[in-house]
Amino acid sequence: MRTTTPTTPDTGVPRAAGPVIELHGAAFGYGEHAVVTDVDLTVRRGEIVAVLGPNGAGKSTLMKGILGLNEHLAGTIRLFDEDADVTRDRARVGYVPQRHTLSASILATAEEIVATGRLPRLGWLGRLKATDRQVVARALELVGLGDRAATEVTTLSGGQQRRVLIARALAGQADVLVMDEPTAGVDAASQHVLADVLARLVERGVTMVIVTHELGALERILTRIVVVDAGHVTFDGTPHQYEATRAAVHHDHDAHHHDSELADEEATPVLPRGPVDPSGDGHA
Amino acid sequence: MHEILTTDFMQRALIAALLVGLVAPMVGIFLVQRRLSLIGDGMGHVALAGVAVGLVTGRGPVLTALVAAVVAAVAIELLRARGRTNADVALGVIFYGGIAAGVVIISKAPEGTPANLMSYLFGSILTTRTSDVWIFLALALVIMATVWVLWPRFFAVANDEEYARAVGLPVLPLNIILAVLTATTVVVAMRVVGLLLISALMIVPNAAGQLLARSFTTGLRWAIAVGLASAVGGVFISYPLDTPSGGTIVVLAVLVYIVTAIGTGVARRIRQRRHSIAEGHDHEHGPECGHEAIPHGDHVDYLHGGHRHAAHQGHYDEHGAGSPRTSGQDEEVRA
Repeated sequence: MRTTTPTTPDTGVPRAAGPVIELHGAAFGYGEHAVVTDVDLTVRRGEIVAVLGPNGAGKSTLMKGILGLNEHLAGTIRLFDEDADVTRDRARVGYVPQRHTLSASILATAEEIVATGRLPRLGWLGRLKATDRQVVARALELVGLGDRAATEVTTLSGGQQRRVLIARALAGQADVLVMDEPTAGVDAASQHVLADVLARLVERGVTMVIVTHELGALERILTRIVVVDAGHVTFDGTPHQYEATRAAVHHDHDAHHHDSELADEEATPVLPRGPVDPSGDGHA
Repeated sequence: MHEILTTDFMQRALIAALLVGLVAPMVGIFLVQRRLSLIGDGMGHVALAGVAVGLVTGRGPVLTALVAAVVAAVAIELLRARGRTNADVALGVIFYGGIAAGVVIISKAPEGTPANLMSYLFGSILTTRTSDVWIFLALALVIMATVWVLWPRFFAVANDEEYARAVGLPVLPLNIILAVLTATTVVVAMRVVGLLLISALMIVPNAAGQLLARSFTTGLRWAIAVGLASAVGGVFISYPLDTPSGGTIVVLAVLVYIVTAIGTGVARRIRQRRHSIAEGHDHEHGPECGHEAIPHGDHVDYLHGGHRHAAHQGHYDEHGAGSPRTSGQDEEVRA
């Protein structure tokens, strides 16, 4: 277990060795209404966790709860061994939202977008200095966009825009990336470039929580899978255990064996049944 | 010409126009970015109520307008932050309540003539007093200094408010400060541009700037240039034309926008005809794609099958046949 990560080389702050994210009996929602309840989840340094589940199951609510973007209604949430409701360093949790946040009404370059990720490190009035610009340039290089710094972001492809948002989180020296549907709307070739970029970050010790309804090209980098369904965590284990459970569940609910079962399973990306994958209609 | 520059009221109007042309696009770019382009218009409505109170009580209408607009600005941001679904209805009540109260109160004021009302709504070169010039100068300096210090944060919040919240930027305070700057800009503009037209000077120069620029900072520079040119130019020609200065300024800004739109459109057509696109290119070039990287002006070409490919929007352009450099330089590019 490492004590520092290469993305945070110049802070010199010793990093706590405890869990990155720790939820106990946590409930999150909007207003008084809890959408996910009773979540126990501990993410340790270096883990690559996929949070899977059908649309509306509560996985986005769980993610936004971790990010402090909705109401924390019950239980405890700790980030880097600190109470999340009082922590002052939220930028260590690097949020990578869906790319549509880049389609703004004012043009901006990739570098300008990534530089906003640096702001939490500058205090109220600080300005970007030469070292900050270096961090921004390095973050763009890390996601393979070093040559596109001056490119206007809306002219980049979907996968490239996603990598700009990853670079923005890296510029804030995030120790854990929380990604919302990183493969949605990204074609297969770009998904592989994205997976390569993430694999490179994994080597550097970045922890990841990837919220998605389809694993796609990211499957090969995962160390753990958490399934959220109907507002609860219904599975938590390794990809291997997940495969086994999925086969068992499939077996239970399908007493009559069909020759097509194996083929079905391969074609179904996340869970054997249900509205897991919006594109799942085509698999039936 | 000489007469225009030496006339007292014209000197004051030109200084006021210079200040408005400078600060309105500076604040407006963040409003456009947040898709709140018309909020300045609403603050102008409320400022009219402040003007009316000033006229009735015999105080300077500039300060009462400032108070009314700033109070409205803070109220608007707090309403928006509470995220109530009927927030836009609440804004409607504030805005129209403001202008209606303004019209009613002004009619009871000693100086409440219809001509007076028109000059507040649509601007006039005759109304800027010497004391106003000093107040406008002070307010404009405050706006410029605040934007200079805070613009990266305004940009971050306007670009992606949810992200800004997640990483702990002070989103609500920044939004309130931007709203107060908007209200202050409305007041700086109330003499020469008018309360109903100031919003145009926050938006139209930025619309033109977006056509000319490829980045936020250059977009803002172009917007300020267009804002300055139309504000000062509008005041200038409204004297010989004997037209309301606010209307003249905005017509000028819109003309600049139209000419820019046509010009950039034609330029794009010509460039499109000239540049050749690499056909059927589904490979993505990058520092690690294996193709030789060749620096080419402001971008990098990649040597691909004997052709130089440069990324352009969603495709790759052909930038001629390959001319590999020495390997040392290539190493540098790839590093």
